[in-house]
Amino acid sequence: MTEIFGIPTQAFMGQLLIGLINGSFYALLSLGLAVIFGLLNIINFTHGAQYMMGAFVAWFLLNKTGMGYWWALLVAPIAVGIVGVIIERTMLKQLYKLDHLYGLLLTFGLALIIQGLFRNEYGSSGLPYSIPSQLAGGQNLGFMFLPNYRAWVIVFSLVVCFSTWFVIEKTKLGSYLRAATENPELVRAFGINVPRMITLTYGFGVGLAALAGVMAAPIYSVNPLMGENLIIVVFAVVVIGGMGSIMGSIVTGFGLGVIEGLTKVFYPEASNTVIFIVMAIVLAIRPAGLFGTQK
Amino acid sequence: MSAVLPAVKSGEVGAQRITFVVMLAFFILGPLVMYPVFLMKVMCFALFAAAFNLLIGFVGLLSFGHAMFLGTAGYVCAHAAKVWGFTPELAILAGAAAAGALGLLTGLLAIRRQGIYFAMITLALAQMIFFFCLQAPFTGGEDGIQAVPRGKLLGILDLSNIWNMYATVLVIFVAGFLVIYRTVHSPFGQVLKAIRENEARAISLGYNTTRYKLVAFVLSATLSGVAGATNALVFQLAALNSVHWSMSGEVVLMNLVGGLGTIFGPVVGAFVVLAMENYLATLGFWVTIVQGAIFVLCVLAFRRGIVGELGRLIRKPL
Repeated sequence: MTEIFGIPTQAFMGQLLIGLINGSFYALLSLGLAVIFGLLNIINFTHGAQYMMGAFVAWFLLNKTGMGYWWALLVAPIAVGIVGVIIERTMLKQLYKLDHLYGLLLTFGLALIIQGLFRNEYGSSGLPYSIPSQLAGGQNLGFMFLPNYRAWVIVFSLVVCFSTWFVIEKTKLGSYLRAATENPELVRAFGINVPRMITLTYGFGVGLAALAGVMAAPIYSVNPLMGENLIIVVFAVVVIGGMGSIMGSIVTGFGLGVIEGLTKVFYPEASNTVIFIVMAIVLAIRPAGLFGTQK
Repeated sequence: MSAVLPAVKSGEVGAQRITFVVMLAFFILGPLVMYPVFLMKVMCFALFAAAFNLLIGFVGLLSFGHAMFLGTAGYVCAHAAKVWGFTPELAILAGAAAAGALGLLTGLLAIRRQGIYFAMITLALAQMIFFFCLQAPFTGGEDGIQAVPRGKLLGILDLSNIWNMYATVLVIFVAGFLVIYRTVHSPFGQVLKAIRENEARAISLGYNTTRYKLVAFVLSATLSGVAGATNALVFQLAALNSVHWSMSGEVVLMNLVGGLGTIFGPVVGAFVVLAMENYLATLGFWVTIVQGAIFVLCVLAFRRGIVGELGRLIRKPL
């Protein structure tokens, strides 16, 4: 058994693994977008830039203060989340009464500013970030070699995704959140501070993006442009899944990562575009998305 | 979007006619004080921005992927002129037809969703076209199609002469602009505005809004294609930057600066944005930062745009 569908097992499993890794990032990012969209009704175009900032915070921590990967996992989401909270308080807040499209335009402008500033400072070649020593090396599974760090990324992002799902769907806090998504005025009438909830939700969604950025730093290099094209793919993922359900974002994210990985094996020319093609097909058959409900 | 033209009042048409004459005079006399190549670029992008505005301003659809029409038409026009030896007018028509066909395909998919989804879908489809142009054999990848011959218009007028080219671009721009102007003021345009204001009500009045939106989308794509094809001839180049998402962002910016849903806003916006880029060109990535800052500023404090504010000042929509 050295071949699967005429492809060497090694290559097949290798691409499947890369697909799962990419899928982890798609899931984490689309989850953040969905949570933000649920409550704020805006699509956060800055998400890719905030993912990139997460990676940069990790790099700063390592190179300026000597704090390693594990600290970065904790500090980066909080730091970038705070920046997000400031953005929400000072700018996004003013747009809630207006057409939702203005939120998209504002966050697009912010993404241009942030990415431009980082590019001015660090160029576009990327900075190295090494894998933490505890996760160096890998396991030989017989049919393939599994680097420890990649296994960790998949497992940890699954844990984060399902914790988020659990908090939102199964806890009291989550029920407030879901209620405020349905009808913010009514929830406010019950004495719950909805504006603060909105702010914290935005901070949380942004924090998820930053967390994904830290996890991505050792795999891809830390690059000012790392979020730029990724965010467009994640938008397609969101359209495919529909933003209605948390679980939908997770499943679609991982699923599309795998599809993309397998396309690299069987028809590499289409690996850049396969997700967009899937989006076109889904739109033709089920416009509301796989897990969405059409209003 | 909420940048809305007030109801038709007497004097509206008069004010718009005067503005039109001013605009025409500007582009005819402009080369006396400005570089003609720069002004040709402005006219191409003004047409592009006006075509984009037809959707956002009058149907309420924000396309975040309009670069795909500009870029595709540019590639097809350049290929037709260089490889197939088409005359310039046929090359431009070929480019526009390609953009229109692409508009039909993508429009059929995109108009199935509204608002934010529409923006995300058009962006994703445009990214697909970008990767296609990056990999397809005839586009020349990173190099693009260079040294496109301008040729002789109708076999007579030699476009390598800059003034012939300038006159041609001016005629194309004015014709495209008038098509949009007529569309907006036609019964068809009124239905589009009704869809923008309240789609459910338009449906209940018996309009097939999906078809109206699709026709508007294809029209906008085709006119963007005319702009893209003309631009390719002016610069004798079709390159990847014209299909990149940042180009789609730029046309949004032009409209935002000039005024969404105004007739002349896109033209003013195109001029301002391109002038700024020219001015900042030596500063590298600062262009992006400044563009981002203008986005933020316009959304937060200047949502009517330049022409929108002017129109409010004279109490007539421009």
